[in-house]
Amino acid sequence: METTRRGFLAAAGAAAGQEGANAQKRGHDHDHGHQAVPSDPALRVKALESLLVEKGLVDRAALDALVDSYEHKIGPRNGARVVAKAWVDPAYKQRLLTDATAAIAELGYRGEQGEYMVVVENTPKVHNLIVCTLCSCYPWPVLGLPPVWYKSAPYRSRSVIDPRGVLHEFGLDLAEDVEVRVWDSTAEIRYLVLPERPAGSENLSEEALAAMVTRDSMIGVAKAVLSEGSRA
Amino acid sequence: MNGIHDMGGMHGMGQVEPEKNEPVFHARWESRIFALRRAMRPWSKFKGKANRHQIELIPPAEQLSLSYYAKHATAFSKLLAESGLVTASELSSGRRARGSTKASPPLKADQVAAFLDRGAPATRSVAVTPQFHVGQNVRARNINPLGHTRLPRYARGKAGSIVSDHGVFIFPDTNVADLGEKPQHVYSVRFSARELWGEHASPRDSVYIDMWDDYLEPA
Repeated sequence: METTRRGFLAAAGAAAGQEGANAQKRGHDHDHGHQAVPSDPALRVKALESLLVEKGLVDRAALDALVDSYEHKIGPRNGARVVAKAWVDPAYKQRLLTDATAAIAELGYRGEQGEYMVVVENTPKVHNLIVCTLCSCYPWPVLGLPPVWYKSAPYRSRSVIDPRGVLHEFGLDLAEDVEVRVWDSTAEIRYLVLPERPAGSENLSEEALAAMVTRDSMIGVAKAVLSEGSRA
Repeated sequence: MNGIHDMGGMHGMGQVEPEKNEPVFHARWESRIFALRRAMRPWSKFKGKANRHQIELIPPAEQLSLSYYAKHATAFSKLLAESGLVTASELSSGRRARGSTKASPPLKADQVAAFLDRGAPATRSVAVTPQFHVGQNVRARNINPLGHTRLPRYARGKAGSIVSDHGVFIFPDTNVADLGEKPQHVYSVRFSARELWGEHASPRDSVYIDMWDDYLEPA
């Protein structure tokens, strides 16, 4: 037992490296690629958890609660409610654009990786895009944890130098007279895009509007559109 | 440090590849390393603030080959070892050393919601005189620190203008190096795409970068 555990932890770097290489070989084959979890990082993390629990430094139920928070409670539905409220309530929108942290907290969303929020508004002539070139900073209270592509080298390297090319790959082609503003989250400020309210949505309730706001439209790689309710 | 993590403007990384119906975590171990790192934060000896720098210190080729959570697992092990909360022999054996004291109490499940709601604010309510004002033309300093910095390489030496003042924040360059919080103003600075990337860039587009006082000089 002792020897086996020693193996898990000592092989840390090499095992994780192999995992990354495998992930690259798998490429875009996501449907099953991510499910084939290499055993080494899994065993290594399990050993770390056992050790820290044994030492009284962490509590298993607290770990479960942390995971559950981001799997089931904190996600892009929060941000969608913020956006929908801003669309139907001009006074709220004003507060959101003036002091996003406070306005978002009005809906109960605050804290971890959203301690200081700024909301940037898309208009027919201005399109905003959020990135973190140095790391993977992202507004957790309103969007949850970031998708893999947001944390990936292609997105982080290209968004600042070729935002229109990146948007094109997401199926969004902007007219030349639209100004693109890229927000590189290098400091402690976290950004959320307020997408344009789509034409034809005038009669929808706040709740129905929230249901159609996608995560991608709040990062700025997509627009909010009426038919997109089922997408991420 | 001028590491591979500082990716803005690099070529050759390939296409962005979104995954349909992506789960929050792709494997249980990803969720556990995520939670472990947060659950350790209340221990003052655990230097969570250095997590990013530990990732930056992973050799470049290895860094590029590791998944996001694999990088975090590597950094987490290093931070644990440095904290003194876990000994090297415990880390290598995976077992608590006989006679070592048990720490308590750890973060509990019923405290998690409040813990996340609190977050870890980097703002400081101290009076610090801003060195710059909204509308002022500035230049990002050409500095190449060996330690952790949030001044991306692609902006160094470039001219921009102050769009807003976010207030006073801890300065990561010194804070991560245990040289003090050195609280100072952070500004949103607008750089035109042409200033950053040259004449081929769109004349309308721009990049907004948040910068501490110490990253800027008057232009």
